Amino acid sequence: MVLRINGEEKNIYSSINLAELLLELEIVLPHCAVALNQEVVPSSKLKQTKIHDGDDVEIVHAVGGGL
Amino acid sequence: MNSSQLKIGNRTFTTRLIVGTGKYASFEEARDAIAASGAEMITLAVRRIELDKAKDSILNFLDPKTYCFLPNTAGCYTVNEAIMTCQLAREAGLGNMVKVEVIGDKKTLFPDNEATLEASKILVKDGFQVLPYCTDDVVLCKKLEEVGCSAVMPLAAPIGSGLGVCNPFTLKLILEAVQVPVIVDAGVGTASDACRAMELGIDGLLMNTAIAGAQDPIKMACAMKAAVECGRQAFEAGRIPKKLYASASSPLDGLIDI
Repeated sequence: MVLRINGEEKNIYSSINLAELLLELEIVLPHCAVALNQEVVPSSKLKQTKIHDGDDVEIVHAVGGGL
Repeated sequence: MNSSQLKIGNRTFTTRLIVGTGKYASFEEARDAIAASGAEMITLAVRRIELDKAKDSILNFLDPKTYCFLPNTAGCYTVNEAIMTCQLAREAGLGNMVKVEVIGDKKTLFPDNEATLEASKILVKDGFQVLPYCTDDVVLCKKLEEVGCSAVMPLAAPIGSGLGVCNPFTLKLILEAVQVPVIVDAGVGTASDACRAMELGIDGLLMNTAIAGAQDPIKMACAMKAAVECGRQAFEAGRIPKKLYASASSPLDGLIDI
């Protein structure tokens, strides 16, 4: 299926939920969070949140910043 | 002698300097300058992960056991963007204390105060401890306190401008008007600016560019640490009033008579 991830279209081959998607994308960074179709997904619910073709996914993490 | 502690929400800090983590040349430089500043609370931004680039994180250099994280909503221009950014920060494990910024103007980076108040109200209800970046406006700060913010963060001058405290009088009035801590956020350029701001009696000072943009950020971090401490101690000590004429500090009696 094709997802829009952080603004770019990406082919996803094996994942069916958000936890698997993070693994497939090899995201192992500390402190990242996910929004699915403009809704923030609680970190405890990544595994039970299914993904579907055409979904819009935002994956964020902490970066250096002040104000 | 150490100056008194700073309490914000449910947290207590022994230092009154809060620093940002942006604009450094490397994660190593950020780590070393932040350590030199003595800050216990540090701000972070929340951004998209770059999927195909090297995957390192500034958080591999900043121990969450050492620092209290203060994720910000820098770059947000709407209430919804700010709220979603705070919720993402919380899910990312960055805690529930957030620095809310809703910017209203690209050139000055002045906050949209109306939107900041609205976002703050919603975030407080959602269980966040909210520290809003705002203009130095007494009425606005009172409203931010009323909706339950844990502190107010009026600017000293535009973000990154290094102009120092442009209006000390409004900051003094804000200090009188609210009970929550007043953290001056943005605009400090050098150590004397920090010292002067602290001498007003403000509870804390947040800066980023003044340290990260200095030619030697680690040395400037040391200077800022000393300046904040120095200004706070002078405030707590209570300065003498300003007078127009001289007043001798040696006894007037017992002068030799020739």
